[in-house]
Amino acid sequence: MVVWLTRARIDVRVFRETLRALLSHWRQHPVQFFSVLTGLWLATSLLTGVQALNSHARESYARASQLIGGEPQASLSAPGGGVFSQQLFVDLRLAGWPVSPVLQGRLTLKGHDDQRLQLMGIEPVSLPAGSAVAGQALAIGRIVEFFSPPGSTWIAPPTLQALGLHDGDTPISENGQTLPPLRAQPDMAPGVLLVDIGFAQQILGLPNQLSRLLLPKDFSAVLPDQFKGQLQLKTSGEENNLARLTESFHLNLDALGFLSFVVGLFIVHAAIGLALEQRRGLLRTLRACGVSARMLIGCLAVELGGLALIGGIVGVASGYLLASVLLPDVAASLRGLYGAEVAGQLNLSPWWWLSGIGLSLLGALLAGANSLLRAARLPLLALANPQAWHQAHARWLRRQGWVAAIAAVIALLALIWGDSLAAGFVLMAALLLGAALALPVLLDTVLNLLLLRSRSVLGQWFIADCRQQLPALSLALMALLLALAANIGAGSMTAGFRQTFSDWLEQRLTAELYLNPQNPAQAREMQTWLQQQPQVTAVLPSWQVSIQLQGWPADLYGVIDHPAYRQHWPLLEALGDNPWDRLAKDDALMLSEQLARRLKVRLGDHLTIPTPNGSWSPQVVGIYADYGNPKGHVLVNANHLLRGWPQLTPNRFNLRIDPAAIPSFLTALQTRFALDDSRIVDQARLKGWSTQVFERTFAATAALNSLTLGVAGVALFISLLTQSQSRLGQLAPLWALGVTRRQLMLLNLGQTWLLALLTLILALPLGIALAWCLDTVINVQAFGWRLPLRVFPLQLLQLMGLALLATLLASAWPLYSLYRTQPADLLRTFAHED
Amino acid sequence: MLSVHGVFKSYATPQGPLPVLQGVDLELKPGSSLALMGESGSGKSTLLHLIAGLDKVDGGSITSGEHRLDQMNEAQLANWRRTEIGLVFQQFNLIGSLRVEDNLAFQARLAGRHDPRWQAHLVQRLGLGDLLRRYPEQLSGGQQQRVALGRALASQPKLLLADEPTGSLDEATSDEVLKLLLELLDDSPTTLLMVTHSPRVAARLAQKVVLHHGRLADAGAH
Repeated sequence: MVVWLTRARIDVRVFRETLRALLSHWRQHPVQFFSVLTGLWLATSLLTGVQALNSHARESYARASQLIGGEPQASLSAPGGGVFSQQLFVDLRLAGWPVSPVLQGRLTLKGHDDQRLQLMGIEPVSLPAGSAVAGQALAIGRIVEFFSPPGSTWIAPPTLQALGLHDGDTPISENGQTLPPLRAQPDMAPGVLLVDIGFAQQILGLPNQLSRLLLPKDFSAVLPDQFKGQLQLKTSGEENNLARLTESFHLNLDALGFLSFVVGLFIVHAAIGLALEQRRGLLRTLRACGVSARMLIGCLAVELGGLALIGGIVGVASGYLLASVLLPDVAASLRGLYGAEVAGQLNLSPWWWLSGIGLSLLGALLAGANSLLRAARLPLLALANPQAWHQAHARWLRRQGWVAAIAAVIALLALIWGDSLAAGFVLMAALLLGAALALPVLLDTVLNLLLLRSRSVLGQWFIADCRQQLPALSLALMALLLALAANIGAGSMTAGFRQTFSDWLEQRLTAELYLNPQNPAQAREMQTWLQQQPQVTAVLPSWQVSIQLQGWPADLYGVIDHPAYRQHWPLLEALGDNPWDRLAKDDALMLSEQLARRLKVRLGDHLTIPTPNGSWSPQVVGIYADYGNPKGHVLVNANHLLRGWPQLTPNRFNLRIDPAAIPSFLTALQTRFALDDSRIVDQARLKGWSTQVFERTFAATAALNSLTLGVAGVALFISLLTQSQSRLGQLAPLWALGVTRRQLMLLNLGQTWLLALLTLILALPLGIALAWCLDTVINVQAFGWRLPLRVFPLQLLQLMGLALLATLLASAWPLYSLYRTQPADLLRTFAHED
Repeated sequence: MLSVHGVFKSYATPQGPLPVLQGVDLELKPGSSLALMGESGSGKSTLLHLIAGLDKVDGGSITSGEHRLDQMNEAQLANWRRTEIGLVFQQFNLIGSLRVEDNLAFQARLAGRHDPRWQAHLVQRLGLGDLLRRYPEQLSGGQQQRVALGRALASQPKLLLADEPTGSLDEATSDEVLKLLLELLDDSPTTLLMVTHSPRVAARLAQKVVLHHGRLADAGAH
């Protein structure tokens, strides 16, 4: 025991003194210290920011799904998704069905025109037994309070705050209806107002109308015949689909976050490696003074852990800020693309904070492990010998080349045999990793070839010295390569998507006006009235019913046979020469590209569609693009649709009308039908809204891409700065032989630019390969549609300019330091050759 | 007493093993001083590194008192270096990020034998009083070597190993440093083993041995 205690005291003493000596290095070299911290900060910040966005969104989905009942429930709804008569509820109850009514609609509050809220009306008394509402089981007292005047409007605290309202307020809707007093409930879904169904019918102006009838989870029975055609049974909640539909969106954000994390770790790896190399004399002295290798590595690891903790804390804090900044765009994208509501304020658990710091520690370990291993494995006497370090680096480079080759093989295998989003990400990761690892080898080879061709003595020195700098700069250049390739790839995909989407929108949105009737009766009336309007040159009604095809949600649209579709509805693939004729006459359908991929159907196949009267199997005669739609889209002839659902009425009318006649037409329309403004959409507004959703969707991607490029620029700056001091040994002899400091400066800048330019040239094909992966693999797996690969030369030139500018900025300070170096400093290098 | 018996050491090269020491025998009494001489490549620094525990023998034994260095593991060798010896290098090898006063105390602190009075004595004898708050890069070569000497002696080691301590210094500074070293050793029972190629330096020590192609060519007392 005494021996153990003595040994422990000795170990503590040696540990303390060794750590003190190691830490004293950072005092003398604050730039290196901040390099490591910056790398950890940036890496952690971007990844945790993305994770914050994703986990916040998923929590919002979970709240939405927990709103009523606590689990996905069976429900009955109208085939077209619209409202239906309350009498159906009464009739079903009389038939012994334990249904509970729900009414849903959208509204805006006076003074808050920019925020559309979802109003949901429920009848708590008839909810399935044991159901919770917004996470709470309602006591009888609360139920009475809910439906007795003045009632209650349940609202999520963040939504209440975003509206600038308070508990107890009674806001007024835009149609002049006063809502019951607001009551903040912690587990309410964001953007949703929950009231008693009676109040909801009044507020929405839908007396005796319902949207859904809830059923107990385990209820199973066949719908009586008199209800078929009016109602259809859905066995799982829409919210389940939401989680699945948005998964790809979140996965893509995750991928970007991880890319930033990896690039940030390159900074850490570079800074730690250089710090270790600069301390090799110190390491030798420590070992010579009696510090064992294990103690030394232990102290280095503790030092690294301390840096990781500081970097992690700062990174997590700024990740939170980043997520707060990006949240509005992400929330708008999710709302626009999927109809998902995400709370506008971040609310993260302590676990998120801890996991962010854990990520920083893990990242530091990954980035620093190699350097620690090198220090541990080198023989004691070789520690201070630069040649030993460089030989170790040469061995590492060879190994790196082999790993790059293996990564390339993995990429090839993923491309040939992969058939999932995960395989797509493996392909991209292997491609990027292989290219990054191969970069130093390729640069070394190119520089060798240039050296052979070089004739002038300064030129030879220029290239040879460039080669010598490669070990110190290779990691920063690898980070630059990845960031550039990601920018080229994502930028090409985004720009290509923008152009394709814009062209597609131009073709598809040909009607000047789009009308949505409020209810079936109005729809019948409207159809007749529209046919009588002389200024309307074409009325294109469409009928819609929501169905499930092999578990995937889809909308089945019935359309009439009209030249407008033939001229303005482009098909990606068509069966025969007259697919529209076949759609009109035969048992045929057309479907969207993403649905065709999901269901693995091709032209000529037959698709089985469940109808109230049994299964229907039309033939696939066309496949079309349907960008941005997460649900399946199927087109059939209206007559065929109505055979299966005879009681359906049109849910939309697309009108061809002279734009000059629109104002007078709308006046007449409103006089006749008093349609809510949201039910009248003109082409310009629809295009604008679609484009806005697109732009906001990619705003987060663009921001992360730019940040990643910035991180790579910082990596280069730090590498150049940290090795600027050790460069004096290479530059001093030139100065002694007659090269001026100004010439040395320009030569240095030229070397950095040469390396950056070579990296950029290699980044171009990598970026285009990445764009191809995104267009044809990732996009297809994630969203179901394929984009044509487009390369935009102007965009590439802009990026090249940006990269060279970033290189100039990164090398500015080290060059300035060199310019200011006094002759005495240069002379000192001859006195103390290490 | 330091005893080196039949020590062999070779290094691997692409052309095959390169023998550096081929059966060296050496004995050094406590408190004495020995100059280890020989031409470049004769193996004198290698022998010093083996005695310091910085490297391991291929054959033979190195004994100091009851310590068998050739049988020690890495932790034991580190302990040996920390508590039993002091090392002085040609290139000083001070810790650049620590001030002079911290450099002086460093090994003594590691060994748990920091004696402020002994350190003050060394500072006074080595003339480092005005330099304590400076960093190594702010000192001349001679000043740095004095600091290196001070660090090695501050822990009051049994054995002081010096690898060409005056090799980087001019003649006058060299004499000054050597004089200080020998005076300080007069005050302590520390044994000195010094690698040198200078006959002038070797003449100041009690014994001299010459290595030639990895073998002892000459041994003599002065």
